[in-house]
Amino acid sequence: MTPLLSVKNVTKTFPAGKGMKASKARVHAVNNISFDIYPGETFSVVGESGCGKSTTGRLVDHLLVPDSGEIWFNGQDISKLSEKEMRPLRKDIQMIFQDPNGSLNPRMRVEDLVAEPLLVHTNLSAGERLKVVHELLQIVGLGAKHARRYPHEFSGGQRQRIGIARALTVRPKLIIADEPVSALDVSIQAQVLNLMQKLQQDYDLTYLFISHDLSVVEMISDRIAVMYLGSIVELAPKKELYGNPKHPYTKALLSAVPIPDPTANREHELLQGDIPSTINLPVGCPFQTRCPRCTEACKQKPIEPRDLGNGHIVSCIHIDD
Amino acid sequence: MTEQVLLDVRDLRTEFKTGRKQSVTAVNGVSFQVRSGEIVGLVGESGCGKSVTSLSIMQLFRNTNGKVTGGEVFLKGKNLLTCSEKEMRAIRGKEISMIFQEPMSSLNPSMRIDAQLIEAIRLHTDLDKKAARAHALDMLGRVGIANPEMVLRSFPHQLSGGMSQRVMIAMAMCCDPTVLIADEPTTALDVTIQAQILQLMRKIRAENDTGILLITHDLGVVAEMCSRVIVMYAGRIVEEAPVEELFACPKHPYTQGLIASVPKLGSGVTSLPSIPGSVPDLSMMPEGCKFAPRCSKACDRCHKEEPALFDLGGDRKSRCWLHESEQVKSTKKEAAV
Repeated sequence: MTPLLSVKNVTKTFPAGKGMKASKARVHAVNNISFDIYPGETFSVVGESGCGKSTTGRLVDHLLVPDSGEIWFNGQDISKLSEKEMRPLRKDIQMIFQDPNGSLNPRMRVEDLVAEPLLVHTNLSAGERLKVVHELLQIVGLGAKHARRYPHEFSGGQRQRIGIARALTVRPKLIIADEPVSALDVSIQAQVLNLMQKLQQDYDLTYLFISHDLSVVEMISDRIAVMYLGSIVELAPKKELYGNPKHPYTKALLSAVPIPDPTANREHELLQGDIPSTINLPVGCPFQTRCPRCTEACKQKPIEPRDLGNGHIVSCIHIDD
Repeated sequence: MTEQVLLDVRDLRTEFKTGRKQSVTAVNGVSFQVRSGEIVGLVGESGCGKSVTSLSIMQLFRNTNGKVTGGEVFLKGKNLLTCSEKEMRAIRGKEISMIFQEPMSSLNPSMRIDAQLIEAIRLHTDLDKKAARAHALDMLGRVGIANPEMVLRSFPHQLSGGMSQRVMIAMAMCCDPTVLIADEPTTALDVTIQAQILQLMRKIRAENDTGILLITHDLGVVAEMCSRVIVMYAGRIVEEAPVEELFACPKHPYTQGLIASVPKLGSGVTSLPSIPGSVPDLSMMPEGCKFAPRCSKACDRCHKEEPALFDLGGDRKSRCWLHESEQVKSTKKEAAV
């Protein structure tokens, strides 16, 4: 199967500091990452704050332009397109954001918010647009009666449904969901995740799902990439990653998740220290400063990703011992 | 019971003025105890009143439209609600401390860590500046900071989130409080850092026999940390139980729904049961049981009459008509005698 999206050796850096404080130092947000996303699957990027997962999402959506590397979408390299050339493609890539408060214009009615992508991408008349909006609101579990309201009249979960309806209006191929449930309470989180899964089947959607929550990711994903300090340290199908994690960081991350069961055996592999700054990346393995198994060899040169078969790729030299 | 009751909250009620004659009741008739050396979890979703409960205990409502309008809060036998602000200031930080969710915004950004820590220590003890500094160094070491000298000289923005939270904990613990209230202490932190901070809190409890009230929305954290759990919904306690029993057989339909809707790592499920609807607005509370509109087991009575928090014995309580028949009558009899 040909991938819908191919990210090839993409690197993105930002200048450290702004204005007068700007310096030559660069923040290495994303560092030489590669992955493919196939049609109909949910591909998740998981990692802690500052690991570059949101930057990855924004690169794929062409909200940021990579310093180097290529991003192929539907057989076309989109990384070097201008904003104008990109516009027709935006219809196929839509985004759902973390904060439903910040991503909905508070001065627009829901019907206008949801209809906006149609206004940009289609030639539908106002009446036709409204019809699509009502239909979509129904699909995400709201009613036509909600269409005339403003965002502040809704709860967090309902607002996220509005965001989902808006992303769906133009029938995209790929939806990038950046922490779509992190701002929601657990009972609402489950509602939204179930809705996203149902829509995926009904509309043949492909998701790039970005999250820090390993339990949520396990529920929704087919394949998962674990990021640390701008690099993908491990990439594997869900069952492989959770059943047979290879990278020491993945192991530590999994063991740090609190289990909602007081009788569970909890032996945490506690990591020491914090995530280092992304300005001065260490040479070699990005995880070397916190890794319990770090040796001299880890600090010499960049670690080459190794394919262990059945789609399991790890960037660690200690996986055999 | 050998453990001493440190914090005893009785029938606490807190209201917020929303207009000239309008107010909403954020906390309604909340009663619970925290005993020495025990970690009590207070869980619930946003807006259920768990943070307002902690602010009411600490009396941190000055200059807001919030007011405690009923109940009593006893800290080792002393009613905090009748204390003056001056008395409270002596108690806060010394007898009862609090750590907040956002370590970054709880520290003063324009003061070095040493000034902030020493201020807290000297306010409550008669140590001189030098001794207070030594004590601050010692505290930072105890919360697992590798180079306390350097941290003492830093400004908050130079520290990472996990580091700031350690400083907050050091500050809260520097006068050996008997009760520590931790309001979502790890919510803003990454999982690997969260695991470190939770470990630290367990260590503090074991060393000092501190009673900890841990407020969180994360049932995973509750299962790891607490011995007893209080579940709140719409300003009321709906269930109270020892942690093993709560997870093994939750009584209240809300607790059942809450536990079921949490994705569990390694369970391999791909869809989750969810609770339909959302939390009611405080100003438009339904009559009767506040959970009834979302409850699958609700009957006519639930929509009309609000159940009491039935005592089911063995530290278990449930606010649901389904458990009315299970309640222990002993308390009533005692009262009658």
